[in-house]
Amino acid sequence: MTDVKGHEVTKMVETQEAVAVSSRQKAGLEARGIHAWFDKHHALEDVNLFFPENTVTGLIGPSGCGKSTFLRILNRMHEFIPKAAMAGEVLLHDGDIYDPSVNPAEIRLKIGMVFQKPNPFPAMTIAENVVAGVKLAKLKVASRDEVIEECLTRAGLWKEVKDRLGAKGGSLSGGQQQRLCIARALAVNPEVLLMDEPCSALDPGSTLRIEETIGELSKTMTIIIVTHNMQQAARVSDYCAFFLADGGPGHLVESGLTSQMFTTPTDKRTEDYVQGRFG
Amino acid sequence: MGAVVDSGSERPAPLDVPAKRVIVARSSRGDRIFRGIVSAGALSSLVLLGLIAVFLIVRSGEIFGRFGLDFIFSSDWTAGAEADGSDSTFGVWAMLIGTIIVSLIAVVVALPLAVGAALFIEFYLPERLRSAVRMLVDISAAVPSVVYGLWAVSIFSGAASSWGELLHKFAGWFPLFGVENEQYDRSPFVAGLVLAIMITPIITSVSREVFSRTPPDLVNASYALGGSRWGAIRNVVLPYGSSGVVGGTMLGLGRALGETVAVYLVLNLVFKPNFRILESQGGNVASLIATKFGEASQYEIKALLAAGFVLFVLTMVVNMAATYIVQKKSPLES
Amino acid sequence: MSDTALAPTPAPIRPWKVTPRMVAPQLGLAFGGAVAAMAVVLATGLAGFDGWLVVFVPISIIGTLLLSRSKGAVASVDAIVGNGIVTVAGISFYPIVSLLWTVISQGLDALLNWNFVSSDMRISGPDDELNMGGALHALVGTLMMVSIAAVITLPLGVLTAVYVTEVRGKLRTLVRFIIQSMSGVPSIVAGLFIYSTVVMGMNKFSGLAGGLALAILMLPTVARTAEEVLKLVPDDLRSASYALGAPQWRTTLFVVLPTVRSGIVTSGILGVARIAGETAPLLLTASYFTATTFSPTEGPVASLPMFTFGLLQSGTEYSFARAWACSLLLLLAVFVLFTIARALSGRDKR
Repeated sequence: MTDVKGHEVTKMVETQEAVAVSSRQKAGLEARGIHAWFDKHHALEDVNLFFPENTVTGLIGPSGCGKSTFLRILNRMHEFIPKAAMAGEVLLHDGDIYDPSVNPAEIRLKIGMVFQKPNPFPAMTIAENVVAGVKLAKLKVASRDEVIEECLTRAGLWKEVKDRLGAKGGSLSGGQQQRLCIARALAVNPEVLLMDEPCSALDPGSTLRIEETIGELSKTMTIIIVTHNMQQAARVSDYCAFFLADGGPGHLVESGLTSQMFTTPTDKRTEDYVQGRFG
Repeated sequence: MGAVVDSGSERPAPLDVPAKRVIVARSSRGDRIFRGIVSAGALSSLVLLGLIAVFLIVRSGEIFGRFGLDFIFSSDWTAGAEADGSDSTFGVWAMLIGTIIVSLIAVVVALPLAVGAALFIEFYLPERLRSAVRMLVDISAAVPSVVYGLWAVSIFSGAASSWGELLHKFAGWFPLFGVENEQYDRSPFVAGLVLAIMITPIITSVSREVFSRTPPDLVNASYALGGSRWGAIRNVVLPYGSSGVVGGTMLGLGRALGETVAVYLVLNLVFKPNFRILESQGGNVASLIATKFGEASQYEIKALLAAGFVLFVLTMVVNMAATYIVQKKSPLES
Repeated sequence: MSDTALAPTPAPIRPWKVTPRMVAPQLGLAFGGAVAAMAVVLATGLAGFDGWLVVFVPISIIGTLLLSRSKGAVASVDAIVGNGIVTVAGISFYPIVSLLWTVISQGLDALLNWNFVSSDMRISGPDDELNMGGALHALVGTLMMVSIAAVITLPLGVLTAVYVTEVRGKLRTLVRFIIQSMSGVPSIVAGLFIYSTVVMGMNKFSGLAGGLALAILMLPTVARTAEEVLKLVPDDLRSASYALGAPQWRTTLFVVLPTVRSGIVTSGILGVARIAGETAPLLLTASYFTATTFSPTEGPVASLPMFTFGLLQSGTEYSFARAWACSLLLLLAVFVLFTIARALSGRDKR
């Protein structure tokens, strides 16, 4: 059995099992035994997830279930929150990104992020925004203009802005700004792209454009997307992971192929959630 | 017309649009009295500022009438013995130039110190020390100028004049740093440094405030792109906070232009325009007033009021320019 | 999930925390640099803290460069700029620390004599021993003039703020602009204005004139702080009151102002802190008098800053000791006022 994209179907569950079953799939990213705390508050408990290379994984669950926290742990953005702590490891190419010898800035270069609210740098032009990361990390690029055109094209924005690259990033519409942020994240060539509810502030038309972009991008990179929108999860993701915090810390209830999660979930709570009975 | 009209399709005939109703909100008597009192209170501040200008100019009108533009553009300040002032000459040019030089030195020195300190407090200092240091800065912005003056006279000015001497030794070829007499105390340089120390906390306080309001979204975006702390500061914090820094600097400049006591204590007033900042002679309108006021004749007091008016206009111009710049550059909307 | 539920919860860690081990080279550099700079200062005769700084800064920059070289260009620039910012901040804090330290250490000399706050200078001169005379006249005068200023300014400032935020009168842009500009009026100009009106009118210096001059300087601070505070009142609150049929004056007096009571008090305190140490305007309006006076209309009145200013010009050992003690009193006042303001400022929130 193969899924829509032709990936070999493997049920993606807790890591131990996953490693065994998916030995034929390369890992894009892997989380092992992740916990998160904010001061004394235990926000996330023992999450194990395996993200196969070049796939889209949707993280779903009601508000406050820890899915955004989990996402921020995946590229070391968690540590900017005062009094935050964590446990467990995140493996990129078999190396733990939390190893003390690792430079967190380099990790964030390899694991890009798109935020909930579009946040282009207001003082920069569209073109400057796209290459902002290149400049920040002092990366060498053969041609700045080519990077700009390529990334804007991949983000599906090139046609709309090619004649006004000198305009300020803030002059675009919300949906365009978000695609600009995607282009900006792409410009530093990440292997993994994290998206934190990228469409929650956008209208349906822009949402559609971004979903198309995600589909295109997943051919060459691993994408992990947090979403509140069940239809969106069903449309864009190959795999899904359902988080829940019923009273205690947030934890992973179930994960697997999106098609299975939406039709034959093994857990009653997953079924209730994907069918919209709560959340 | 149909019941529902699509905004994109044909529009209803103009006849169908009713005239806009004028809404009349008659306020109650209580409200009218209330507004009257409040407006009177608020407008009195307007009147007050107007009065300051009017009184200064009326009481010193005789001086402006007699000397005209010479009062501003000449540097001779001689108070004669005659009560009608016939043997007196007054001009504030040297003092005006001196005021501007001293204030510019202060701003040039204070601005980098203040921006560095503000960045340090908001982005480098451990969180638990932050509020204590913020308070330290706010308090130093409120330290009275006479206390700064006392400290400057007894502790700081010696060091400052030796720096002036060093500066002359190593950069004396530069016209600004040349001297005629080998005397470095009570120079515009020393006064400028004292003023710089006084206005640094003011600029720091304002800059720190705007830096701390940088949208976390943008800072996060910078970090998520693999940027360093300095990357986030240069790309996000400084562009976002620049209007606030300009505003704080103008506030500091305003304070420096009008500072009296501290300058009086560390600057040698000489009625000759002096651009050699290390030389022990300078000028400052405010301390001119403080210096001459004690023994001034009625006629000279009029001249001092005129000098005050000139200073008033100078600071007003700087302030209005500041307000304009800050409003024009203000918040980068996203 | 179920099979891992029994596993013990690991301890929370912060792998990003800077460990002593990681900063050891930095600290070593700072310490080594400091010692080396000290050695250079002693050997070459560069003077004092400034000479030391001149040697220390290049050592620290070169050291940082060497330490961070292996981490790549971005990290290097980050480290050097960080180093520069810390140094610049250090330089900018140095004067104020030196000032506070001197004021406290020198000021205690005179202040520790009880007579310093219980007697005045009527029968003592500035160079008399510290167990004679004191600053009582200056304390009383400052209190008197600050009170006059506060009594005039608080209502005016609050009215101005209410005009701008609540009544929203036609001239509010102009009023705001004027208030903004007034905050830039040099204090000596405020003094000259009062001199040319009140002092020339009464034909004598007085506490009243001093208080009025201070009021001009205090008004913008109070009006602007009060305006900021009133702006924080959510519009929902006003809407709720209007929806209950309350007129504007009741809404303002009984709904808006009470919610920001401590904020209004704070605006007054900050205003007082702004003016308590002003010298220049008092020079032209209240002048100075050696005895304690309680009447605001009968001739010159002493004040702490004017007393300090006078002592400073006498220039003897004892007069300086007295000047430091006055400065200490002024700083204590500023500190107390700020502490109260800070304690109050948290109050209005929710």
